[in-house]
Amino acid sequence: MGGKLPSTDVVIIGLGWTGAILAEQLTTAGLNVIAIERGPWRDTSTDFPTTYSQDELRYGIRLDLFQRPAQDTVTFRNNVNQTALPVRQFGSFIPGNGVGGAGVHWNGQTWRFLPSDFLLRTHLEKRYGKGFLPNDLTIQDWGVTYDDLEPYYDKFDKLCGISGKAGNLQGQIQSGGNPFEGFRTNEYPTPAMRQPYGPTLFAQAAAGLGYHPFPQPSANISQAYTNSLGVRMGPCSYCGFCERFGCGNYAKASAQTTVLPVLFRRTNFTAQTNSEVLKIELSDDGKRATGVTYIDSSGEVWEQPAAMVLVCSFSFNCVRMLLLSGIGKPYDPATGTGTVGRNYAYQTTSGVSLFFDDKIFNPFVGAGSLGMVIDDYNGDNFDHAKLGFVGGAAITSIITNGRPILYRPVPPGTPRWGAAWKSATAENYQRVMGIAAQGSSYAQRGAYLDLDPTYTDPHGRPLLRMTFDFHPNDLKMSAYVTARIGDIARSLNPKQVVGGPRTGPYSVVPYQSTHNTGGAIMGVDPKTSVVNRYLQSWDVPNVFVLGASVFPQNAGYNPTGTVGALAYWAADAIVNQYIKKPGPLVHA
Amino acid sequence: MRKSFIRLGSIAALAMVAAAPALAQAPDQTQAQADIVARGKYIATAGDCASCHTAPGGKPFAGGLSLETPFGTLVSANITPDPKAGIGAWSDDDFVRAVQTGVAPDGTRLYPAMPYPAFTHVTRDDLLALKAYLATIDPVSDAVETNRLPFPYNIRALMFVWNLLNFTPGEYQPDPAKPDPWNRGAYLVDGLGHCGTCHTPKNRLGGDKSSQALAGGALQGWYAPPLNGDARTGLGAWSADDIAAYLKTGWGGGQAASGPMGQVVATSTSQLTDADLQAMAVYLKDLAAPGGSAPAPLAGTDPLMQRGQALYVTNCAACHTETGDGQTGIFPVLAKSPVVQADNATTLIDVVLNGGHAVATDAAPTAPGMPAFGWKLSDDQIAAILSYIRNDWGNAANPVASSDVSAVRARPAAAN
Repeated sequence: MGGKLPSTDVVIIGLGWTGAILAEQLTTAGLNVIAIERGPWRDTSTDFPTTYSQDELRYGIRLDLFQRPAQDTVTFRNNVNQTALPVRQFGSFIPGNGVGGAGVHWNGQTWRFLPSDFLLRTHLEKRYGKGFLPNDLTIQDWGVTYDDLEPYYDKFDKLCGISGKAGNLQGQIQSGGNPFEGFRTNEYPTPAMRQPYGPTLFAQAAAGLGYHPFPQPSANISQAYTNSLGVRMGPCSYCGFCERFGCGNYAKASAQTTVLPVLFRRTNFTAQTNSEVLKIELSDDGKRATGVTYIDSSGEVWEQPAAMVLVCSFSFNCVRMLLLSGIGKPYDPATGTGTVGRNYAYQTTSGVSLFFDDKIFNPFVGAGSLGMVIDDYNGDNFDHAKLGFVGGAAITSIITNGRPILYRPVPPGTPRWGAAWKSATAENYQRVMGIAAQGSSYAQRGAYLDLDPTYTDPHGRPLLRMTFDFHPNDLKMSAYVTARIGDIARSLNPKQVVGGPRTGPYSVVPYQSTHNTGGAIMGVDPKTSVVNRYLQSWDVPNVFVLGASVFPQNAGYNPTGTVGALAYWAADAIVNQYIKKPGPLVHA
Repeated sequence: MRKSFIRLGSIAALAMVAAAPALAQAPDQTQAQADIVARGKYIATAGDCASCHTAPGGKPFAGGLSLETPFGTLVSANITPDPKAGIGAWSDDDFVRAVQTGVAPDGTRLYPAMPYPAFTHVTRDDLLALKAYLATIDPVSDAVETNRLPFPYNIRALMFVWNLLNFTPGEYQPDPAKPDPWNRGAYLVDGLGHCGTCHTPKNRLGGDKSSQALAGGALQGWYAPPLNGDARTGLGAWSADDIAAYLKTGWGGGQAASGPMGQVVATSTSQLTDADLQAMAVYLKDLAAPGGSAPAPLAGTDPLMQRGQALYVTNCAACHTETGDGQTGIFPVLAKSPVVQADNATTLIDVVLNGGHAVATDAAPTAPGMPAFGWKLSDDQIAAILSYIRNDWGNAANPVASSDVSAVRARPAAAN
């Protein structure tokens, strides 16, 4: 069996957030779309029903919804002088798998990046002078502005029913919202979530120090909502099983709860699940994609011809697919030339725990995006002139969960097991609150992705190799912002504050974030970017790349809001420009 | 005017069957024929013909769907225009006689699983339009053996006796005292829509208990609730708009269509005109409440209620809420729900045991699902939960016994 299938208009690689959004937009435009998804079909009431979706051992520990290292993994080294080894158990990041992708198991923290984030190099050089940035920080402008993206952020908000409080409505600063955010055309689709005790204390303390607390924008929505496609969502029950779990209550925005019900009613859409794309096929001159080759669950290999290929998988897989298919020139850190794999970035996180004797929290009242935030130390919202670094972090007090296995806060020095540990865990379970920093990760010359020379996947293809360490700039940022967290924490008079800034070297073992960005970055110059401002490959114009791999560097926010906005932005360009006149949308 | 229009159409339909040069027809004739075919298609939708006459994965109207009846298995017939396997060789009179009286052209009798006791109310004009539409379907030459009943039910001639006892032939006669929408609604509900096939209780012969029209019926493992004016178990508390919305979108009166009714909404009612849905609602809202007294609700202090409430809060309230109010368009309302308070709790038990999906329609595409609880909760626990929700928030209904749950659990899962 196997062979060549009838041609279609569009092949989408990966049916997660961006694949679902693009499929919806392009089928609406009348195109025939086939989405090829490596993992299984997943549906809310069948695959994460309320009857067992809160199984922490199955989902939280054994990572049932995630990619298996045996299926695919990355190899890792801190720098080019080391030999990379495969990650055999995911730790620092945990890529998703299956229909809905990482959008099934995310926390739902839904941000817009700052206007200055999109013009980062231009903005920083203008404010601080050209010599201010370290030479090896390869940060650059995105090629789109916040104003370009605002209508598409709005679309994603309305798709998801995001809960929050606007801080800047059409240029008017709103009390209770984030005064630093870019303008919003509209208020959030649903009101902010109700805040529990810990985040309330944090907000009071932050306001007392002159900061500007506001509710974390949330895709765990505060009330039932009918989205822009007519799909209905339920209200969050604050159960605290978001990250690593599917939501059985239809309350967390995901492809399942927002797009797929409509998409699957369309006759011009097909999903091919349990099928992995091996490579994008190119014409003889390498300038046009002719389709993809994929392997199905019975091991048959199929060629699916298509007029367009959209690379919509997780950031690692997008970059690897380009490298395996020979699209674009691989990045070489020695010379700084080539583009594919360039500007891999991450997230610089840190946090502290506050132990109290005299306060009782109920951490089991949680949600992935339930909490309060200040943005006073994010991006370039504060003056860096005398600080010796650039970038910043959102400072958050978010109660994601009080789950029975992993949420066991105990003070340092407590034994790891036994009666003393049991006693300490019982004593402290309700007496701890947290404050965290989600910090920027700015691109650097030595951090990149390429194909591993040694290790291969079950199909014999080279694994992706990650070369990454925290840049001193980001560690200085973390030290500074975490010190500000310490100020806030101490103003609440806890018995003890535990935790500190991020320190190097970067390790792939402890969980930090699955916000792996870059490697197929967007930009204005084909010498320093893989895709143009419409996410179209500079080299193969009928290939588009979606998702966080296009971020030139990562901001101090979760990426999904910007990923969603860019998906709508690219879809608009495809429908209103590309279909009418296929070819490069930007001429270099 | 209307008569002559139809006659023209019939001639044209015959011409098409005979593969006459349709292109040579005058344009107005072609248009008239197209209009009739379109009307016939609408009638086929209102009658939901394709649901029974199409097997899962099969060709449209080629039959082959097994229908489990209390008397054995029947299989739906091929009604494509194939002259041998289908109905292509039938005359207009043959077709009308078969649909209105249950007698095939060769004199053999149909079983009332083909709901001719309802379709007898459909006018000849409408049936001829329907026939004209069916003539446009791709013919399928696969013969279907429809009768797989055991002796003695396999003797078709016995239906003569059945008809004497259970069947009153005759096209619908409008009630001049009622407004047009009411009459249109009656025609659709009692005729084309054949709602009573499920929603009217049956006697031991499988005939309608005509004195209890639309008072709720059990079939194929489901309980089709009353459509009468009973405020507790029927549509008495629903507005006409609730009913029309339910039929159009699958959601109305706080309830979601699922199971067999979900299929009816998907393939039939969601595609009817708003005027026809309003007409059906007007007629249904005019059905009387049957009277009789509601059971007294169990006291909140009853140990069964307290146990049921504790289990409900743990397992159900996150979606359906502690006050049974659900969430519009995604989690059905349980308070004052006719489904929850139905005298026959079979559907309720089945949904808790096996879960289910609301129907997806263009207007309400979400199709949320209820998870199965059968693996997680014991019969006793489910009985407690159902007894509780049937008797709190103003609800009142007989408690559900653990043995009731066991009986539903023991049978094969209903087709949902």
